[in-house]
Amino acid sequence: MAESVARRSGLTGLQKEALTGYLFISPWVLGFLFFMGGPIIFSLALSFAEWNGIGGLDSVRWVGLDNFRQMTVDHRFYTAVWNTFYFTSVSVPVGMVAGVLVALLMNQKFKSIAIFRTIFYLPSVMAGVASSILFYFIFHPSNGLLNFAINGFSHLLTSIFPALPSFQGPEWLGNPAWAKPAYIIMSLWGVGSGMIIYLAGLQGIPEQLYEAAEIDGANKFQQFLNVTLPMLSPVIFFNLILSVIGSFQVFTQAFILSGGNGAPADAALFYVLYVYQVAFQFHQFGYGSAMAWMLFIIIMVATLVQFKFSGWVYYEGELKK
Amino acid sequence: MPTASQPNAFWLSKRRQAGARDALAFTVIMILSIMMIIPLAWMIAISLKEPQNVFQMPPWNVDWKWSNYSEAWYLQGKPQYLSLDGEATPAPAPAMAPGQGSAAAAGAPEAVSASPSGSAAPIATSAPAAPSDEKMSTMDIVVENLKRFIMGQDNKGSFWLYLWNTLFITAVNVVGVLSSSAVVAYAFARLRFPGRGWLFVLVLATMMVPGQVTMIPTFILFSKLGWTNTFLPLTLPAFFGGGAYNVFLLRQFFMSIPPDLDDAAKIDGCSTFGIFWRIMLPLTKPALITVAVFCVVYNWNDFMNPLIYLNDSHMFTLSLGLTQFRSLYGTQTHLMMAASTITLMPLMIIFLIGQRYFIQGIATTGLKG
Repeated sequence: MAESVARRSGLTGLQKEALTGYLFISPWVLGFLFFMGGPIIFSLALSFAEWNGIGGLDSVRWVGLDNFRQMTVDHRFYTAVWNTFYFTSVSVPVGMVAGVLVALLMNQKFKSIAIFRTIFYLPSVMAGVASSILFYFIFHPSNGLLNFAINGFSHLLTSIFPALPSFQGPEWLGNPAWAKPAYIIMSLWGVGSGMIIYLAGLQGIPEQLYEAAEIDGANKFQQFLNVTLPMLSPVIFFNLILSVIGSFQVFTQAFILSGGNGAPADAALFYVLYVYQVAFQFHQFGYGSAMAWMLFIIIMVATLVQFKFSGWVYYEGELKK
Repeated sequence: MPTASQPNAFWLSKRRQAGARDALAFTVIMILSIMMIIPLAWMIAISLKEPQNVFQMPPWNVDWKWSNYSEAWYLQGKPQYLSLDGEATPAPAPAMAPGQGSAAAAGAPEAVSASPSGSAAPIATSAPAAPSDEKMSTMDIVVENLKRFIMGQDNKGSFWLYLWNTLFITAVNVVGVLSSSAVVAYAFARLRFPGRGWLFVLVLATMMVPGQVTMIPTFILFSKLGWTNTFLPLTLPAFFGGGAYNVFLLRQFFMSIPPDLDDAAKIDGCSTFGIFWRIMLPLTKPALITVAVFCVVYNWNDFMNPLIYLNDSHMFTLSLGLTQFRSLYGTQTHLMMAASTITLMPLMIIFLIGQRYFIQGIATTGLKG
């Protein structure tokens, strides 16, 4: 059909191809204008304005840099940034080490290994409201599964070594000091999503490298250090960047476990949760937009810093140059 | 490279070493796997317990109280169905498999004493309110019962509704994402047009922008259009590009298909769309399934978008329904766990069916986003 139209309109083959190309990408172009480019410009404008989102666009009041100035004096903003940094700087490294170790285990060639891979990956598919509710009960101070295990372990220890003091599981989500560790523990349940990426990386390492290392007399640990880690480092780096971005944006768990307000005592007030509160509960769309842009800046800087210090990443292609 | 000339004893010890290492690795894998499974097993165990036993240890003493599920299924009491002559009958919950009805009947007296809003009260109130049989035709009764079955008693909501809403949103998103991202990716992979290079850079650049930046203006756009409390904000965007990551992933896949195939088809007189539809799509089936499966998981778990756009509880998705359920029954752990299991079970089944595509999809297409 397109061909007959083209022939009639006298277009050359290349022109016709370009026309088809534009036609094919037109859904994306429209989507970009309405759901990406347009909103980006609008939210940039809003971040210099004050608006409750209820009145018409004529009730938008320009306030210059006031929203950004407000961040510097908003102690809840500082709390949200601190909480998010705390969570990111612990959960990302711990999750990465755990992910690599589990991937190494799962790279064995057992017959039943596929079942175990499935078991490990399953929880990361279910990251949502239901699993957050489940963890709310796991962290229950007196009846939860976690404290049952901790108290049982304490009991076991003191019955073997009576000299040791007995200890009790903390209040987790009820105690500001233990709330963030609880979120970190919960994030470890999703170790499978990283594992599956590392596993793909591990399976891409050529077998000859290990054979060569073995001939050179390297033991398994040396092989891991000198073959596996360098070969896996691009995948680790990729995953590091994605994990940092992802953990800056933690929301659903925080909303469910903290009851939507960052409880206890704002200890679980993570950045995006605060943006949600400001925009959709306090109806401060201007301040909310400014905070969203600040998040964008934070993520960009964090990503650039990681690239800057990415000297440890080994790209095999580079050697050949 | 080992050869047959090597001494036998060397082989034996080497094999034994490997055997010991395998056994150790297997043990560690077993222990860790059990730790991963325990939360889910605990959830299912609690969902089948009597309310007074929920935190009883050890957790595997399960009471098999299946009626927890039918109780959790309807948010505020099971619906009372009208018999065909127009009288309300305390029917056993229809959402259960055969054999569970007796458990529900056995559990009923407890429910009366436990919760004032339980199943006993509506019988008394709805029987006089029910219209007499000359006013209601059989058809009306069937329709009314069907309404109660789906919406729950007095439109209070049920998980049928949330399940349907979630399935609908997810299905529309899968269709939208697959159709639009494949078409766009094909153009970026195969068709030559001015500006293709920098437009594709723009696609990749949009992956960097966190969703929160566009969230507020998009919300304003949809609410000015009057589309809040509809499914449009949750489904329509999928048809416009289908997400930069999916475009990128499918483009990489299309690029890996040898162009000789297109040329051959072109010589045979196949149109551009024909090449896309008859040759490229069938060859990228694994990648398309990967995209679809991730789309299902994303939409099933999505919480923030439904939270922002949907206020009417009849429009709620499973995620939102579960939060509403929690505000009503947050202290009734056995019901909470039953509702969570209801939410997770379909996802678990989808995952187990499609898990080959998750794992292979990530392994072959590179990395997830």
